[in-house]
Amino acid sequence: MFYLLSGTILTFSVLTITSRRMLRAAVYLLFVLVATSGLYFLLNYQFLAAIQLTLYAGGIVVLIIFSILLTGHISEKFKNPAPWKLWMGASVFIVGSAVALWALLSNELVRDTGVEEVQIDMHLIGNQLMGTGKNGFVLPFEIISILLLASMVAAIVIAKKENN
Amino acid sequence: MILSIYSFSTLTASIDKTLHRAMPPSIAVLAEFVLIGLLFLIFYALLGLFLVYLERKVCAVMQNRIGPNRVGKWGLLQTIADLIKLLTKELITIKNADNFLFNLAPFIVIISSFMAIAALPFAKGLQAIDFNIGIFYVIAVSSLEIVGVLIAGWSSNSKYSLIGAMRSGAQIVSYELSVGLSLLSIVIFSGTMQLSTIVESQADAWWIFKGHIPAFIAFVIYLIASTAQINRGPFDLAEAESELTAGFHTEYSGIKFAFFFLAEYINMFIVAGIAATMFFGGWMPFHIGHWEGFNEVMDYIPSIVWFFGKTFFIIYLIMWFKWTFPRLRIDQLLNLEWKYLLPLSLMNIVIISFVVLMGWYF
Repeated sequence: MFYLLSGTILTFSVLTITSRRMLRAAVYLLFVLVATSGLYFLLNYQFLAAIQLTLYAGGIVVLIIFSILLTGHISEKFKNPAPWKLWMGASVFIVGSAVALWALLSNELVRDTGVEEVQIDMHLIGNQLMGTGKNGFVLPFEIISILLLASMVAAIVIAKKENN
Repeated sequence: MILSIYSFSTLTASIDKTLHRAMPPSIAVLAEFVLIGLLFLIFYALLGLFLVYLERKVCAVMQNRIGPNRVGKWGLLQTIADLIKLLTKELITIKNADNFLFNLAPFIVIISSFMAIAALPFAKGLQAIDFNIGIFYVIAVSSLEIVGVLIAGWSSNSKYSLIGAMRSGAQIVSYELSVGLSLLSIVIFSGTMQLSTIVESQADAWWIFKGHIPAFIAFVIYLIASTAQINRGPFDLAEAESELTAGFHTEYSGIKFAFFFLAEYINMFIVAGIAATMFFGGWMPFHIGHWEGFNEVMDYIPSIVWFFGKTFFIIYLIMWFKWTFPRLRIDQLLNLEWKYLLPLSLMNIVIISFVVLMGWYF
């Protein structure tokens, strides 16, 4: 099951960046994200899987598709990118995967931690998210909410008509 | 407890045991997957046929007509005849459309409803998957449906479809918030997201009675918002016949159109089933506190009858809406959500939290 899911992720990731049509790329991205949530289901971490589905698949991909719907046309296709961009992309890819590989290989992977499988329930997540004690996340939570408020205000300011 | 005589868990457990005895564990699990999938497929087909028939009958009653009455007894076979007609129709391929996405879209829509229905508790011990985040899972997978609608509208390369898809997208994205918040209120009451536990928590009374006023407000908000979310009248302007032919599925024909049509009706069933589970106790019989005798009498009605009774009552309400209210305009629709329903449901959440903290519920 794991190989099936990761195979899906790999295939559709490659298709996402090689597709010449914008909406198809977005749909391939959707498949990647859904398969990722499948990985979380496989780990029995259903909360994160559902978050992945609502936020990424249901939220972000829908936003992307919406913007394509508003701007793009069906016959539109991407041109081949300029060579220097290709080279830049390839070098970023090589450096990034080298760093990731180095990090993976230099760490000793723990095969069996001996920790029993825990069912993470809602109360635990809620208490941690709002907790002020050790491992409490209330400060980052509040900071993110301020960021969200700021961006909402900015969106309203941009969308507002000038009143002369 | 009399409740247990109608329990399906003994039946499912015995099937599980026989399968495991007959074959190795991995194949047995696979066989169970296939079995459940087949069951749901049959259920889908029957339910789709029945709901279309029901819609036509309810519509006829509202308009003082008789409705389908020629094919079979009371016209019961009418939708089967319609289905056969639909299956024999030509699948029209469209020039200049993105064929891959065009063919993919109906499947995304139907798969998302398929994933959502799996979490519904139909009766005691009759539930395909019981996640500890049950209700959140249902909201998550049903939010995938919108992707299929948007893709369908865009890839058919038609103005009607595109406008329909945009409308339906805006509508579903906005009303999802109210649906989520109103369901959250019951999660606050019961303190869990697991659908089976939510049903168990209503053993003394249903949440709509236990949670009195705030729960009732949440139910009304849920009913309005979910009617909008499944694109049904009076919120069906995504497929407003008079303006947009048929909205996002204008260009579809034959079985692909049938998929959209089926998904729409099944979504109505899922929405009603969730409402029945969250507010009306799901398969839990009508119990009043500690009236042991009364509760015992109620237990004699099987749980599956309770679930389907409540669900079809809510389906009837949703159909009633469709045939009595005039269709809204798109700006009225978005105003209703963002200016009225959303602030109201946010306020309701605060009130419910207060009520739960003070213990002002039964």
